[in-house]
Amino acid sequence: MTENGVPADAAGGDVLVRVQGLKKYFPVQSTSAFRRSHEQVHAVDGVDLEVFRGETLGLVGETGCGKSTLARCIARLLDLSEGHVDFDGRDITNLSARQMRPLRREMQIIFQDPYGSLNPRRRVGSIIGDPFALHGVADGAERKRRVQEVMELVGLKPEHFNRFPAEFSGGQRQRIGVARALALRPKLIICDEPVSALDVSIQAQIINLLADLQSEFNLTYIFIAHDLSVVRHVSDRVAVMYLGKIVELAPVEDVYQVPRHPYSNALLSAVPMPDPNQKVDSHQIILSGDVPSPINPPSGCRFHPRCPKAQAKCSVDDPALIPVLGDPPGHVTACHFPVETGEVMESRPGVIAGEGAPAA
Amino acid sequence: MSLSPSDSVAIEDAQVASGTPPPEGAAASIIEGRSPWRLAYERLRRDRASLVALGVVVVIILVAIFAPVIAALTGHGVYEQFRSTGLTPDGLPVGPNSQFLLGTDDQGRDILVRIAYGARISLIVGVVATLAEVVLGTVLGLAAGYFGKVVDTVIARIIDIVLSIPFLLFAISLVSISHPSLTIVIVVIAVFGWAAVARVVRGQVLSLREKEYVEAARALGAGPWRIMFIDILPNIVAPIIVYATLLIPVTIVIEASLSFLGVGVPPPTADWGTMISGAQQIYQQAWWYLLFPSLALLITTVAFNIFGDGLRDALDPRAEQLYE
Amino acid sequence: MIRFLIRRVLLGVFVMFVVTIVVFLIFFVGPGRADVARTLAGREATPKTVALVSHRLLLDRPLTTQYWHFLDGLLHGNLGYSYYHGQAVTTILKEAFPITLSLALGAAVLWLVIGVLSGVLSAVRSRSIWDRIVTVLALFFYSMPSFVLGLLLLYVFYYQFALHGIHVFPGAGYTYLTADPLKWFEGLVLPWITLALVSAAAYTRLTRGSMLDVLNEDYVRTARSKGLSENRVIYRHALRSALTPVVSQFGIDLGVLAGGAVITETVFGMPGLGYTAVHAIQDQDLPVIIGVVIVASAAVVVANILVDTFYAVLDPRVRLH
Repeated sequence: MTENGVPADAAGGDVLVRVQGLKKYFPVQSTSAFRRSHEQVHAVDGVDLEVFRGETLGLVGETGCGKSTLARCIARLLDLSEGHVDFDGRDITNLSARQMRPLRREMQIIFQDPYGSLNPRRRVGSIIGDPFALHGVADGAERKRRVQEVMELVGLKPEHFNRFPAEFSGGQRQRIGVARALALRPKLIICDEPVSALDVSIQAQIINLLADLQSEFNLTYIFIAHDLSVVRHVSDRVAVMYLGKIVELAPVEDVYQVPRHPYSNALLSAVPMPDPNQKVDSHQIILSGDVPSPINPPSGCRFHPRCPKAQAKCSVDDPALIPVLGDPPGHVTACHFPVETGEVMESRPGVIAGEGAPAA
Repeated sequence: MSLSPSDSVAIEDAQVASGTPPPEGAAASIIEGRSPWRLAYERLRRDRASLVALGVVVVIILVAIFAPVIAALTGHGVYEQFRSTGLTPDGLPVGPNSQFLLGTDDQGRDILVRIAYGARISLIVGVVATLAEVVLGTVLGLAAGYFGKVVDTVIARIIDIVLSIPFLLFAISLVSISHPSLTIVIVVIAVFGWAAVARVVRGQVLSLREKEYVEAARALGAGPWRIMFIDILPNIVAPIIVYATLLIPVTIVIEASLSFLGVGVPPPTADWGTMISGAQQIYQQAWWYLLFPSLALLITTVAFNIFGDGLRDALDPRAEQLYE
Repeated sequence: MIRFLIRRVLLGVFVMFVVTIVVFLIFFVGPGRADVARTLAGREATPKTVALVSHRLLLDRPLTTQYWHFLDGLLHGNLGYSYYHGQAVTTILKEAFPITLSLALGAAVLWLVIGVLSGVLSAVRSRSIWDRIVTVLALFFYSMPSFVLGLLLLYVFYYQFALHGIHVFPGAGYTYLTADPLKWFEGLVLPWITLALVSAAAYTRLTRGSMLDVLNEDYVRTARSKGLSENRVIYRHALRSALTPVVSQFGIDLGVLAGGAVITETVFGMPGLGYTAVHAIQDQDLPVIIGVVIVASAAVVVANILVDTFYAVLDPRVRLH
């Protein structure tokens, strides 16, 4: 979140990351006797995105929607199948590993699994010291000092420098992950579901830590999650992804108050309300069927087979990501029949609760 | 030429178990930091059978080192033939007596002294060849597992071919076309042995390659070699050590077998395999010539195997512990 | 599945050729070429005679020519003639192969049965006195070199018995099954035990380890909690998966073994493939060496195919490959 709570784009902040037409396909491992299958997993199928300096962009969607893949493409841990990625004004799409190296100081990742993302055989000081070692920033005593400095920043005791990850709890390990990402004061930190594996009480601590660090170091976050309440709390803008494409992108409160895309509506309706007496939006929209396979995505709008509002046009034309229904330019939706303000979406006729997988 | 597969199967689990995470907050600072190696060491210390085995290994090493001392003490050189005192009037070896504690061989040489010198050969070949195999196999296994694609395909095919070659026959061939020597034996064993190590290492690396901390290292900008040696290797070094320790007795037996077939270290060097081979003709009259070198060989291999088992159990506490 | 097998066969044949090429290379590089002619010609021979012998045996031709000649012969079912004995290599192999086969198969059955049964017993009665005994014995025999075991067995069961007038086990040699079945059997008992015990120990360890792992799996616990008898749990559910690595290893071992249980044959003076090969190598008798190598490689390929087939029977997932 920016300091005064105003969305970054409105304040005219410049673009740190620009993604254009990004597609990432994975070849399918063939299970038949034939050597090569020509099928591909359309993990990310055409994404355009801008991330502004200093903001937190939330990225939500179900498992398999491509959000992690998108993040890894941005971080160039994966090569793009098509499209471009610009970082800080520079096209990094086709940079080699060696060329990417200095840029990695500016762009870091915090991973989801606090148990898997730290090498169990290395001491914490060594893990956090890695960035300093790799980029030749500091050595010996100086490195130790800076490692301990960043440990303190994330709420760890500097004396625990020599311990192994196994000796820390989940929340503490995640702090180690944050420390490692923060070490060289990067411009961008991609948080790939950083709190999903933590207990709820610990989640709050880590999120607050991330928020504090953002203000202090003017960080930009791409925050990936599937938990909508978490995303609402941390983001300036939110992008909703479905089957490899962004279906809606808007400032955070707009997404939660006036979601335009039927999928966004379904996701939100599944968020449990803390107050059982609240009648508003207590009608849960149940989508029929499972998420289709990304190997063979549906024609036209990918969501049409499950969409309660789908009509003939939807199976033919893939809707563009544009403002609809008079929305401001910052709120874009990819839908032919977006949900009106105040409209109550019905589940698909004939669908009974329990039949078909619920959303989110 | 590899370990018993049961050892390979168990070794794949020989990762040091992590302790349970302590609670957050105040309690966290009270608990002592203990490295996984320290924990393994403690477990090993409590395993009496392994300690005894280790002691035996140490004794054997000492015997090998102090072989000249033994020769001096008995007054019998390792190559000296005592035709008058060491052979009966019929020319047969003399049994254990006060002069020749373990008897003599068919040439009147002191068996005790020759066994002591023979220990040198067995240990040197055992350790050096194993070391060479393990280093070579680890590097190639790491490269194959981590780089994947072309590198992996090439190395994996080579491993397959090397493993399908009938080892003993080829070893004999290679040794017979050159002058048999200690070096040749070590080289031949190593050239065939690295493949089994590489296969195990490669398997380990494949399972670790997709771990998040490897991805994290890449995200930080670490190059492939750094990742292999600093992130992956520490996680597989425990199984490798166990494998190596259990490989030493296998190598010792192979060396003895090669000598037995006449293609090991050439005479008159004292070597357990050669001695047993020599005993073949004459054991009916001289049982000690067969028994003592055999015992030496057996004790050595059993000791290494017990210690290796203990080491594996120490490094992988989930395994059944049979020796208290 | 068929495709998979065909690939394996082709790979095996490819390896076989690589191996023969390597053998030729070794022969070429070594002193063989010169020595063979010289030895055959005799000590007194003049250089001219040596050259003549060399020429007759094609030894003075370049490597490629010799190899081509060999390939040509191979395709006609002719493996050439031994340099020293003049016999057709195929004849030599035909005499040696049944010896090694009898030895290998008998030992294999023995070690499989002993190894697997003791391993299962050990795992099932884990930590009991039986387990301890079996584990100690397994360790002991696993550490023992086969030639030591062979010689010790000979000492006790041949020599000591003979001293006491019991002549059951021969000290050396081999009797063909077709000639005298009883003697065939007697002559093979000690070699079988020698070859089998060491491997059995390895299999005991393998089976025990594998079985212990499987018995700890959740699905076994489920089977037990369903009320199935312990025997049924072990033999129908656990054993099947536990046996997979054992079968795998068996395939490898069998193939390698059929190539010549060199040491055992040497200790017991049995002129099987291994014994023949060792002497051929020492004599640098190239055609015989190649012959044995081919048979050995073929045995490996066949063994692998059998194992893979058995795998598919054991593990239905493989069939969908």
